[in-house]
Amino acid sequence: MKKTQNQKAWFMVLPVLLLVAFSAIIPLMTVVNYSVQDTFGNNEFFWVGLEWFEEILHSERMHDALRRQIIFTLIIMTIEIPLGIFVALNMPKKSGLWTSLCLVLVALPLLIPWNVVGTIWQIFGRVDIGLLGYTLDYIGINYNYTQDATAAWFTIIIMDVWHWTSLVVLLSYAGLKSIPDDYYQAAKIDQASRWNVFRYIELPKMKGVLLIAILLRFMDSFMIYTEPFVVTGGGPGNATTLLSIDLVKMAIGQFDLGPAAAFSLIYFLVILLISWVFYTVMINSDKGNG
Amino acid sequence: MDLSWMGWTTPTMIFFVSIAFMIVIMIIWSIKAPQAPRVGILRIETTPGDRLFISLLGSAFICLAWLAFFGAPVWGALAVCLGYAASVFKWV
Repeated sequence: MKKTQNQKAWFMVLPVLLLVAFSAIIPLMTVVNYSVQDTFGNNEFFWVGLEWFEEILHSERMHDALRRQIIFTLIIMTIEIPLGIFVALNMPKKSGLWTSLCLVLVALPLLIPWNVVGTIWQIFGRVDIGLLGYTLDYIGINYNYTQDATAAWFTIIIMDVWHWTSLVVLLSYAGLKSIPDDYYQAAKIDQASRWNVFRYIELPKMKGVLLIAILLRFMDSFMIYTEPFVVTGGGPGNATTLLSIDLVKMAIGQFDLGPAAAFSLIYFLVILLISWVFYTVMINSDKGNG
Repeated sequence: MDLSWMGWTTPTMIFFVSIAFMIVIMIIWSIKAPQAPRVGILRIETTPGDRLFISLLGSAFICLAWLAFFGAPVWGALAVCLGYAASVFKWV
């Protein structure tokens, strides 16, 4: 039988194309246009070529922010991924009220808006009225995230772990639930240890969702802005000025639209490259499994 | 419609038209001569569209590296990018 081809389905994609054009492509084009010009407002632009890119690539400020960003992302991923897997492994497997309660409790931090998370931790960490700050101060630990860089880093890392580990837990839990009981029964017959069950059954079966979790956590943490900005404002000094905080300071605080546009394009390219690598690994590992 | 806020310039216009032109050419090419995905030196399956993406993304980094080490202009980087894109389409 001859197969008929109907290309009209492409029209169904048009609304999405329009949406993407207005929300992503047109702003991106504008950023590219700004990155090669200087402006003092009133839609007056002066051509500077690739000067801003050179300036940003040699800027110590950008290097420092990038270094801080990489350290932040590495630390939170090193904590959140294993912790998320550990919590998922210890969640009840059989459906029931207790399981539902656990899932709701685990999902709660994900439902809180980012600026509220920042405000919660800003108050929580205060020595005068916050439970965390007051307790640490009471037991003799010198903790003041507004003056001490280590305390500020500790606060934003703990805050991110509290906010986002749930995502890894839920994804890992979904992966664990999809493993048929037969695998566990076979492992039991073979008298496999708990570690071997995890290493040879659970981890390989969770690989797909874990790669998604890693990709999402990488992208989110590399673009993080609201929570650390609300808690520390990038301080003390520039200790917690991550890439997006620095970018907003440059674009809105200093109104340096040209350098900020060049900065954001470099930032975008780095995220695009790493996300593409993760995506490719994910797709190819799926094909390998299939 | 006033688009002066977008700050268009001739070079950036040429840049975007070139990318759009490349995408259109790729679409026409894939309709006229459909190609199956293949596995190249990166050991990943790629379609011609994937290879265009890898070429463009890699070219952006080549230009940035050129700017960081040699500064503007980037004509040399453009030559390297063309060589890189040709290699990607041949071997990746």
